[in-house]
Amino acid sequence: MVLEMRLLSRRLLLAGAAAASLTVALPAQAQETIKLGLVAAMSGQSAKSGEAIVRGLSLALDEINAKGGLLGKKVELLVRDDESNPAKGVIAARELVQREKVVAFFGGLDTPVSIAIVPFANQSKVPFMGVWAAGTPITRNGAAENYVFRVSAVDELVDVALVDYAVKKYAAKKPGMILINNPWGESNEKGLKAALAAKSLPFSGVEKFETSDIDLVPQLTRLKESGADALFMVANVAPSAQVVKSLDRMGWNVPLISHWGPSGGRFSELAGASAAKVHFIQTFSFSGNSSPKAAAVLDGLKKKYPEIKGLGDVTPAVGIANAYDAMHLVGAAIAKAGSTEGQKVREGFYAIDKYDGLIKSYDKPFTKDNHDALSSSDYIFTYFKGDEILPLMN
Amino acid sequence: MLITSAIISGLGLGSMYGLIALGFHVTYVVSNTVNFAQGSAMMLGAVLGYTFHVRLGWPLPFAAGTALTLCALFGLIVERALVRPFVERGSNAWLMATVAAGIVLDNAMLFTFGKEPRSFPSVLADKPIQIFGAGVYPLQLIIPVVGIAIAVVLHLGLNHTRRGKSLLAVVQNPDAARLMGINVKSVVAVSFAISTALAGLAGLLIAPLFNVNSDMGTLFGIKAFAVAILGGMGSASGVVLAGLAYGLIEAMVTAYLGSVYTQIVVFTIVILALAVMPNGLFGRAAVNKV
Repeated sequence: MVLEMRLLSRRLLLAGAAAASLTVALPAQAQETIKLGLVAAMSGQSAKSGEAIVRGLSLALDEINAKGGLLGKKVELLVRDDESNPAKGVIAARELVQREKVVAFFGGLDTPVSIAIVPFANQSKVPFMGVWAAGTPITRNGAAENYVFRVSAVDELVDVALVDYAVKKYAAKKPGMILINNPWGESNEKGLKAALAAKSLPFSGVEKFETSDIDLVPQLTRLKESGADALFMVANVAPSAQVVKSLDRMGWNVPLISHWGPSGGRFSELAGASAAKVHFIQTFSFSGNSSPKAAAVLDGLKKKYPEIKGLGDVTPAVGIANAYDAMHLVGAAIAKAGSTEGQKVREGFYAIDKYDGLIKSYDKPFTKDNHDALSSSDYIFTYFKGDEILPLMN
Repeated sequence: MLITSAIISGLGLGSMYGLIALGFHVTYVVSNTVNFAQGSAMMLGAVLGYTFHVRLGWPLPFAAGTALTLCALFGLIVERALVRPFVERGSNAWLMATVAAGIVLDNAMLFTFGKEPRSFPSVLADKPIQIFGAGVYPLQLIIPVVGIAIAVVLHLGLNHTRRGKSLLAVVQNPDAARLMGINVKSVVAVSFAISTALAGLAGLLIAPLFNVNSDMGTLFGIKAFAVAILGGMGSASGVVLAGLAYGLIEAMVTAYLGSVYTQIVVFTIVILALAVMPNGLFGRAAVNKV
C-alpha cells in the first residue's frame, strides 16, 4: 500500500516534471539544476564497471528527483569517460568542476585514475565520492582538508579480510601474492604484508604481472616453488582470468583468494570452468539477499533498464550498490549542508546521522577521521556460478 | 620444472613477437618503410576471427581465411593511402600516418567490437599436455612451428626465387627495377598486404591463449618492433631468432629474477645489444649510395 502510494506519487511527480520541462523555457531550467559528475571508465576493458555505476547512480538520482530533488532543485548527472587513463580522468574532472560547476562528483573503478584526481578535488574543494576504486590512499590521502569520501571497499581493510579468510577457510600458513603491476597492486602489497604481519604469518613470495601478460606460468611457478599454500590475487577481470588459465595449465590446484577484480566483467567466459574456484570479496550481492530494499532496487533496475532480466545482468552488483548508496549519501550531505558550496557540503557529510541504504543501515557513516562509509564487517566472499556472482556461505 | 615452463612460455611468446616482426621485415626489405599499425593489424585478425567464428558461427578455416584476407586488405589501404603518397613526395610523414592508422583502427574497433575483452575458445588451448612436468597447450607448440616455417618460406621465397629477387631489386634501385619491367608499385603493395596478414595470423594464434580486445595489439606492436630492430630489419631469420631470444629472455628473467625486473632487464639488454651491434644481431649496415 505504502509502496503503491509512493509509486503513484512518483509517477505523478515524474509526469509533473515532464510537463514542467515542456512549459518552462529550457535555459532557465538548466540553471535550476544541481549538477553532479561522474568520471569513470565508460570504454575499454573496464567499461562494464562504468555502466554499472551509471545505473546505480541514475536509479538513486531518479528517486531523489521524484521526491523533489535537492534544495528545491532537480539533480542531474554528467558522465565523463576516463578510459581507465589517469591523465584523461584528471582532464575530465577539471572540465566537470571548472566548466560544468558540479557540486560533487563520483569516481570509477580504477585506483590509478582516482589517485590522480584526489589532489585536484582537494585543491578545488569539491567533494569527490569514490564508489569503486579501493586504493587505501584515495580517502586516506593526508590532505589537511580532505574532500574525498567513499562508499566502497578499502584495500587496507580488504587485505585484512583476505588474510582472515585464507587462514579460516584454508588454514593457510605461507600464502603468496600475485598482483597487477600498478598502484592498485602496490596498495595491496603493502596492505597484505601488514595484515600478514599482524597475524605473524610469513609469505612465500610476491609476484607482479602486467595486464597484457599472456603467460603467467613463470610467476606462478616461482610462487609454487617458494611453497605457497594459497594465493592472494589482485587484478582486474582480464588479467585475473590469465592467472586462472595459467594455473589450469600448470595443473596447480591452489586456493585462490581474490580482491574483487574478477567481478568487473565476463570472468567466467574469460577464465573458463575454473573461474568458480576463485573466491573473491564483494560489498554487496543481490543473490541470496533477502532484504526488501535489495528486492525493490532490483525491481527499479529492471524497470529502468529493460535489458536487465535476471541476476546475471546485474553483475557486478558492487558497482550498482555502492553507487546507489553513494548517490543517496551525497544527496543527504547536500541537504544537510543546505548549500551547494564545497566546504559546506563537506561538513554536510559529517552531519549525516542515519541512512537506511541498500548495502546496510548507515549510522554516522562519515567522520573527520573516517571518510569510508563501509568497513571490513560489510564485506562478503563470493564466487562465479556461470554469469552470476553468488555469496559463499561460511 | 621452472626452466622447462620458462622455455616453453618464452618460445611461444617469442615466436608471436617474431611473427609480427616479420611483417616489419617484409615491408622494410621491399620499400624501406614499415607499417606502425602492425599491432592493430594483429588485433584486427583476432577481432575479425572472433566475430566470424565465435559470434557468427562460421567454420574456423573459413572464418580465419576471411579475417586474414581483410587484414591484407587493411595493409593495402595503409600502403595506398598512408605510405605511398608521402614516399612519392620524399616525406617521412608515413611514419606518423601509420601510427595514426593504428590508433584510428583501435578506436573504431572499440566502438564496433565493443568494450569488453572476450574469450576465443579453441580445442588447441583446452586440455594441456605434459612435457617434462610442465603443462602446455598444443597451440603453444604450434605457434613457434608456424613462426619458423613462415620465416623459412619468406627467406627462401625472397632469396631463391625469381619473383623474390625482383622484390629485393625494388628496394636496391626502384628506378632500375622499373626499367627491368618490375611493377614496383604492386610489389610494395603486396608486401604491405603480406605484413598485415602475418600480424593478423599472430592475432588469431594468440587469441585463444589470451583474450580478444580492442587494445590487445598495442604492446605487442611495440615489442615486435623492438624485436625487428634487434634482429636486423633486413633478415627474416634474424627477426624470428631475435623474437625467440626476446621471448626466452623475458620468460627467464621473470622466472629467475621475478616479474618486477622483466621489462627493465629485457629493454636494457635490447639497448646494450644495439649499442654493440647497431644493425641488429643479423643485419647488415645500410649503405647510403650518393
